[in-house]
Amino acid sequence: MVKEPVLQVKGLHKAFGGVQAIANVSFSLYEGEVLGVIGPNGSGKTTLVNLITGFVRPDTGEVRFRGKNITGIQPHKIANLGLTRTFQVMRPYHSLTAFKNLIVPLNSPRVHRTRGGKLGDRDAVAIDILEEVGFERDARVPYKIAGSLPLGYLKRLELARCMALRPEVIICDEIFSGLSMSEITSLVPLLERLQLDGITLMMIEHRLRELFRLTNRVIVMNFGAKIAEGLPEEVLQDPGVKKAYLGTETKG
Amino acid sequence: MAERERRRRRLDRSIKVRTGGLYALSSWSEMAYLLVPRVVLIGGLLVLPLFVDMYWQRVLCSAGIYALLAVGFDFLAEYVGLVCLGGAFFIGAGGYISGLLNAHFGLHPFFSIPIATVAGAIISTLVLLPCLRLRGIYFAIISFMFPLFAVYIIIALNVFGSTEGISALDTLPNIWTEIYLIFAAVILALFALRRLVNEDIGIILKGIKDNDQSVRASGIDITAYKTRAVFIAALIGCFGGAYLSHLYGWLGLSLFAMDFSILPIAATVLGGMGSLVGPVLGAFILTPMSEALRGFGQLRVVLYCLILIAFMVYKPEGLMNFLERKYHQFEAWVEV
Repeated sequence: MVKEPVLQVKGLHKAFGGVQAIANVSFSLYEGEVLGVIGPNGSGKTTLVNLITGFVRPDTGEVRFRGKNITGIQPHKIANLGLTRTFQVMRPYHSLTAFKNLIVPLNSPRVHRTRGGKLGDRDAVAIDILEEVGFERDARVPYKIAGSLPLGYLKRLELARCMALRPEVIICDEIFSGLSMSEITSLVPLLERLQLDGITLMMIEHRLRELFRLTNRVIVMNFGAKIAEGLPEEVLQDPGVKKAYLGTETKG
Repeated sequence: MAERERRRRRLDRSIKVRTGGLYALSSWSEMAYLLVPRVVLIGGLLVLPLFVDMYWQRVLCSAGIYALLAVGFDFLAEYVGLVCLGGAFFIGAGGYISGLLNAHFGLHPFFSIPIATVAGAIISTLVLLPCLRLRGIYFAIISFMFPLFAVYIIIALNVFGSTEGISALDTLPNIWTEIYLIFAAVILALFALRRLVNEDIGIILKGIKDNDQSVRASGIDITAYKTRAVFIAALIGCFGGAYLSHLYGWLGLSLFAMDFSILPIAATVLGGMGSLVGPVLGAFILTPMSEALRGFGQLRVVLYCLILIAFMVYKPEGLMNFLERKYHQFEAWVEV
């Protein structure tokens, strides 16, 4: 059975001055899968996310979301189509309480449309979403000022902000980075649940072990180019990948 | 034993916590706690003009105009993240439109002021629209240039009375109309903005201030929301301008004077950034003060600066934030 890709990237190029940040990257993201994107620092992973979600305009190439060409469209329009992202450097609205952070996406045209314009009590919806990502209502965590929350909660808040949009695809930009082992292990089930809910995930990651628990297909990037694609085990055996990303062969 | 270290302990009054929600309606004392500051403000503004002479009533009128500009500045700076130094453009746009409508079409101020408020706000918003992509200091500088542009355009094209201006415009019927019209506008603008910043649109604007990229990723068109915010601030400013041209029965290039861009900022610093009511208070302190210091001639600018510097050094939070804290909290020295 050949599945129709949700997101299709074809021949993407982007240069910042003399630096070729992304060179001829093509790949497809299929409905319901978890695609991992790995690669050494500076290999262009975050730039790739920025290009797909419209924050940076590609020089050449094409991005298609559900068959629709979304290349060079403004980020908010792409988000309203159901393709959203988290940020590697977390971007909460630090002066607002956690649940007020979600009032922003809950006011987007997409939410108005999908919920038929009748959202009811937005605050309650926001707190429900936060509870889903692990903000303890009893400890009044959703009512805390976002700027005062620890890192683990901010990562979840990023995810909650995406979930509030009821997206079809979420691109997670290094959602595990900077988290402790226990925080990561509690985040994994949440991502699995998102997948069960039918959300397609694309995960930019450095933490391979945790990533491989979730994903069944990986893309490897180096110097802005895609150097390998396939099953996690296969990709790691690829000599080019070993050389570029892992340096020497190691047994974890 | 060495001297014990002391620190100041601050505790929220329990009544402050209780009056945070709907429960406030449960007792008279709690309702009074909420109402007293508001009644003092509104009552103060209504009663003040009764106790001063004609000259000071006029001063209060212009203090009201500065208060409008200051509250608009505070809203844009603290709740949207746009530091707008173009207050003089709002005054000029409102003032010229209203004055020209009155001079050329004989429109009564009661009609020309509302028309100029809306038309001026539309023009100001359109002018600022291309700059909305800029942030922080860049937006501030560009917005500061528009009043200067307007002045040179008027001189170069020799329109709207050029450097002479147009005099003998209709004025408002009497001093009481003048003074209570502007005070009503100040109170209306203040409470409307207070409500707006807590509505969803206010939360989105605050989100844009905190992090515009993440607002875009949430599917919100930030330019559309910034445009609305600028329009609201421009409405408030343009009303002040339209009113000003009828207050003095005259329009001219000094409507674009730097004072209208700068004094509101000083008032906001003095009154307290982000409190909205603080800038109003600041304007009602600074404007009469600069009048009172008129006797010192050029020296008054020095005195004026000294007061501002003193505030920035010793009370950077501003008057209103200080008073608000005093109202809501107990303070005591405790030994640690």
